[in-house]
Amino acid sequence: MAGANAIEVRNVSKTFRIPTNRVLTLKQRVLHPFQSQAYRSLRALDDVSFDVERGEFIGIVGRNGSGKSTLLKLIASIYRADAGSIRVAGRMAPFIELGVGFNPELNAHDNVVLNGVMMGLTPREARRRFDEVIEFAELEDFTELKLGNYSSGMRVRLAFAVMVQVDADVMLIDEVLAVGDASFQERCAETFMDLTQRGKTIVLVTHSMGHLNRFCSRALLLEDGRIDTLGAPGEVAARYTEVNFAPRAVRSSLLSAGGSEARPSEPRARIADAWVGTEGGERTLSVQRREPIELRAEVEVDEAFDGARFGVEIWAAGGRRIFAAPSTPLIEGPGAESGRWLVVATIENRLVPGRYRLNCGVSQLGPDGEEVPVSDIRGVPFEVLGDRIRGSLMDLGHDALVQPLVDAQVIRR
Amino acid sequence: MSAGTEPLVVQPVEIRGPSAFGGDWRRFWNLVWLTAVAEYRTRYLHSWLGYAWSLLRPLMLFGVLYVVFSQVIRFGGDIENYAALLLFNIMLFQFFSDATTASVRCVARRESLVRKMQFPRIVIPLSVVLTALLTAVMNLIAALLLISVIGVEPRLTWLLLPVVLIVLLVLITGVSLALSALFPRFRDVEQIWTVIARALFYGTPVLYPIEFVPDGFRSFVAAFNPLVPIFEQARIWVMDPDAPSMVEAAGGALGVAVAATILVVTCLFGLWIFEREAPRVAEEL
Repeated sequence: MAGANAIEVRNVSKTFRIPTNRVLTLKQRVLHPFQSQAYRSLRALDDVSFDVERGEFIGIVGRNGSGKSTLLKLIASIYRADAGSIRVAGRMAPFIELGVGFNPELNAHDNVVLNGVMMGLTPREARRRFDEVIEFAELEDFTELKLGNYSSGMRVRLAFAVMVQVDADVMLIDEVLAVGDASFQERCAETFMDLTQRGKTIVLVTHSMGHLNRFCSRALLLEDGRIDTLGAPGEVAARYTEVNFAPRAVRSSLLSAGGSEARPSEPRARIADAWVGTEGGERTLSVQRREPIELRAEVEVDEAFDGARFGVEIWAAGGRRIFAAPSTPLIEGPGAESGRWLVVATIENRLVPGRYRLNCGVSQLGPDGEEVPVSDIRGVPFEVLGDRIRGSLMDLGHDALVQPLVDAQVIRR
Repeated sequence: MSAGTEPLVVQPVEIRGPSAFGGDWRRFWNLVWLTAVAEYRTRYLHSWLGYAWSLLRPLMLFGVLYVVFSQVIRFGGDIENYAALLLFNIMLFQFFSDATTASVRCVARRESLVRKMQFPRIVIPLSVVLTALLTAVMNLIAALLLISVIGVEPRLTWLLLPVVLIVLLVLITGVSLALSALFPRFRDVEQIWTVIARALFYGTPVLYPIEFVPDGFRSFVAAFNPLVPIFEQARIWVMDPDAPSMVEAAGGALGVAVAATILVVTCLFGLWIFEREAPRVAEEL
């Protein structure tokens, strides 16, 4: 059984034609009756190849619009690939988006049978498994209710139950875990573990790095319709964080911009690179909770200037500035000279686990004490690892000491 | 959950994307049947009279037309059994118009299914046609009972009616496939079809017997509207063996051949266009 491929994707490409909404006047239409609609083509997938072995749990991640769902729909045979080939071994059950094509006018029974047959059961098998489906979905009290009156959570539970009970060899799942309450999510998780142990192949499209690390044996990162990384979940998760923030890292050099007359001199400095490093100085994307953050920046100074300062900021994922360090003098005095400099800024880590971005920049102190930005790098990503702490911005160290209160004990007795 | 003996290694098979047919035939037929039943069940779900409407509707239409034509326009008085002719014709035409009208939007209406599930796309229009066929069979049986009450002697040739129905079914399937495949891309199809269906209603001997159509015009109508020979043959078998045969109506064997060709071409065109559109229909919706 080992070694056999469950899914083989070879050089698959897919382009969508999106009609550009040109408003034609009646006159234009009459004059050019055969003028065809203009289309913009969108390359959703570009030469994608990978294999999934039997029994693997593979996660597909990527930003919105990176082609994840298209890839899933191609494997599910809902879209047709423009080029390349896809091969799947065994019965396949797709679970794509909410609702999965239930008929809102029908009750649970008819929908389960119809859905089961679509996924490859015979009507008899589908009817026989109905009770198990309902039990799994915990919808015993609602079998006579038509689906239109189900809540979205109930619908998802039913759809997920059908997919599980259909007992397909290959399951394609798109973002299910995002819906449903905590207990449903926990059941999904248990089911996944169970299915993998039974040798089922699962493809999960997700945005959650937690799910990736928890369930997947391998992961695939799509970026602009191409495979960016294919490998261990941890590695892919790290790369995902990096890619997700990358384009926002604007490297600007205000020096090249005009209007520099106000400046006392013509400072020439540029931040060439900035990264978060480990103690040894290697680049990293994550630091452990409470482990100091070391920001390293390479500054190229073409021409030494007075009043050069270096500043650091930390931004939380929601776009909130958490910390702005007072700027420190960069190069000063007679020793100031041109060349490349390495700045190491060590920041005490009181951040709660989560994702952050760092901005750092060189500025020049003006005659009135204001700082004029010279060059900066924004959006250097890093993650603080650790158990989530809810409802907290900072992780301030604390200690709670419990000791018997003698007086109170006396009173109680 | 099955834990039975599985084949050792299932070889991967090519996934070719959605298509008109595809999959094994048992599943295909199961899907058509289940979808048709579901469709039939939901259609009259919230009405008081339920299924009875599928019979009542054409009956009421018959009532209106009969009153207008026999009492207001004073038409049909000299036609033997005009009421019976009108009743049966309306039931038969209802099959055609119900099936084709319902199929225009059927694929578009099932957008969520088409975009999330993998199944042979042709199941959708076929199930719509099947639903209409089930209704039509019941309605025609009711119509035969009614006209025998009105005064038409039951005949042995009634047993031949399934032949007419099958030919009509082939035509309807072809038209339905074409309409349902074209609609997602050209929404105008719906408007156009409303007009064409109305034109066919008057262009087919439903309200009048074929011999009322002027000679030169008659063979033209009979040749270019495949419904004419079908309705003519039904009339002969149901109530009037002396009515003009379809060959007579079409002005010769050539006319019938033209009608038959149109029927076959319509059907093939429907299949071809559906087959062509099916792979991309999920993207067009």
